Amino acid sequence: MRRLSRRHVVEMVRKERRQLFRDPRTRLVMFVAPVIQLVMFGYAVNTDIRDTAMFVVDRDRTPVSRLLVEAFETTGRFRVEGASTDAADLGRSLDRGSAIVGIEIPSGFAADLAAGRPARVQILVDGTQSNTATIALGYAGRIVQAFALDRAESDGIPASGGSAAAGIDLRARAWYNPALQSRMYNVPAVIGVVLLLMCLLLTALAVAREREVGTLEQLMVTPLTPTELMLGKTIPVAVVGMIDLALVTGVAVFWFRVPFRGSVLALIVAALLYILAGLALGLLISTVSRTQQEAFLTMFLFILPAVILAGFLYPVETMPAFFRWLSLLDPVRHFLVIVRAIFLKGEGIAGLWAQYATLLAMAVAALSFAVARFRRTIA
Amino acid sequence: MAEADLGVHPSEPVIDADELTRRFGDFVAVDGLSFAVRSGEIFGFLGPNGAGKTTAIRMLIGLLEPSSGSARVAGHDVRREPDAVKRSIGYMSQLFSLYSDLTVRENLELFAGLYDLPADRREDRIRWALGTAGLEGRGDQLTATLPLGLKQRLALGSAVLHEPPVLFLDEPTSGVDPVARRTFWDLISDLAAAGTTVLVTTHYMEEAEHCHRLALMNRGRLVALDAPSALEASLHSPILEIRTNDPTRAAALLAGIEGIEDATMVGRSVHAMVADEPTARVRIAEVLEREGIDLRSVDRVRPTLEDVFVSVVRRSGGVVEG
Repeated sequence: MRRLSRRHVVEMVRKERRQLFRDPRTRLVMFVAPVIQLVMFGYAVNTDIRDTAMFVVDRDRTPVSRLLVEAFETTGRFRVEGASTDAADLGRSLDRGSAIVGIEIPSGFAADLAAGRPARVQILVDGTQSNTATIALGYAGRIVQAFALDRAESDGIPASGGSAAAGIDLRARAWYNPALQSRMYNVPAVIGVVLLLMCLLLTALAVAREREVGTLEQLMVTPLTPTELMLGKTIPVAVVGMIDLALVTGVAVFWFRVPFRGSVLALIVAALLYILAGLALGLLISTVSRTQQEAFLTMFLFILPAVILAGFLYPVETMPAFFRWLSLLDPVRHFLVIVRAIFLKGEGIAGLWAQYATLLAMAVAALSFAVARFRRTIA
Repeated sequence: MAEADLGVHPSEPVIDADELTRRFGDFVAVDGLSFAVRSGEIFGFLGPNGAGKTTAIRMLIGLLEPSSGSARVAGHDVRREPDAVKRSIGYMSQLFSLYSDLTVRENLELFAGLYDLPADRREDRIRWALGTAGLEGRGDQLTATLPLGLKQRLALGSAVLHEPPVLFLDEPTSGVDPVARRTFWDLISDLAAAGTTVLVTTHYMEEAEHCHRLALMNRGRLVALDAPSALEASLHSPILEIRTNDPTRAAALLAGIEGIEDATMVGRSVHAMVADEPTARVRIAEVLEREGIDLRSVDRVRPTLEDVFVSVVRRSGGVVEG
């Protein structure tokens, strides 16, 4: 293997930098698109529920039953869309889709509560909207339980149905994200997706474009070595990646007020390893693509499964076993674990050593494979 | 005729190919190619598409590994010393291969850097390349905005920035207008006169005339190798130039008749290679009159390279389809 020429690398980096920064559209893709994506995910991908349409069937018609309905409304998560004393109206409302949640309070509800007997409330949800339904059901359950405990305390009677009956006041608290705001969870994760997209897009397309136009061939008849060429292609992209990291982290912290409890160094180290793996994947894609179009399609073949398996929108824990195992091969998954832990828990490299080690191993493996393939397809 | 010629040159060949062969699966793209090019020579590869010219060049410049055989360029074995070969050559391909989104000067600076030009020579050479391309004072212009002819001259200047002893040109003037092509060839002649050895592939006949020697290729093989004038003289069958009002139909009709070895359109007339001139003249008149084509003149002409080419290609099995 020939010695690495510093001059060749510098020339290539300068050339790539000029090409990347000269085109206004490329600049837009590099620096504006990531922020737009983050803002979109921050606002649009909101798995919290708010103002969920609710239909109320109150057959108890007591001040206590009205208080329960009020308890739902005051959370801001539910809005009474209609009320009736006929259970059939509730069914129709759910069928029509005008309400997503239905609550039916049977007669004798207040009396049961006052007597310390188990009080029953029926909650119906529209299961076709499974995400909202699950979340709504969770909230409704908590509201009813809290209401029961409240009544029991003010009446001096232990409420059954709630755990207070056993003398234990069970209160669930979500640590690190007390309000369970999905934004706190999603926004840091977008950083991972944005960085991967950028690395793959810029490297794979840049190499494929040179192959398509014929400049790659021109480069390969000069004394430039494949390794020098690869460094020239990847260093500027890595720099762009780090700028994007700073940009997106800034928006997450200062605009979305996502707490940043960990160390900046831990985040930078993780991002470097992750970017390295991403660049290697980009190079690999470029070695199997003759044109930019092929590179683009191959990229999407990879990026969608990578994002889905990463637990970005759906938690890894609920995936079937096979996909849970498969997701271990997904660098995005490990990076997301790191980023969320750094932001929300203030975790450091020591506490996340397994994820860091995995990312490092992936970066090294992907890079050596990419280098080998790159040398073979180029030289 | 090729091998007999080689020993004549006293100096050691700058390009020396020995039974160079490249297969792609079952397809033999270049088949046992042997030739030698001496210093300062403009050596042309002439052949139809698919003849193996580009594959041959790609093996000589180290972009493609030969399946068998060997070659030396500027004294270096292309297989064993590809790096030394790369430093000794300049290469320009049929695709325009400078960066269109860089300025003229940025392109030249890049290649000056990649060829390790020392700082003191760098500015001189860049200025020289700008002058050669006729782009003095336009160094800051984006390369994309240049007309094709200027781009090609710039690509040539960039390919010889490091003053390589050997220059490879793969169909360098495809798509360029005749005037720009002539300017381009003047540059090549100057380089050769200054001692640069040039190997060029082309399918333009008038370009082939610029070469000192021509290697005619067809179906991966070398089918003739000589100076253009010698190749023309080697054609013994008389050539008749036939002028009609419908050259296309005339060529098609005449190609099939007995006593005419070949008939092709050359410009607005038909060139027919005939076995015996008097008999052929009679048959041509008959056939054209029967078909209602207006015969204006039939003249015996000196064979052109194109006639040689057509005849050689036909004798070596015709053009590869596809």
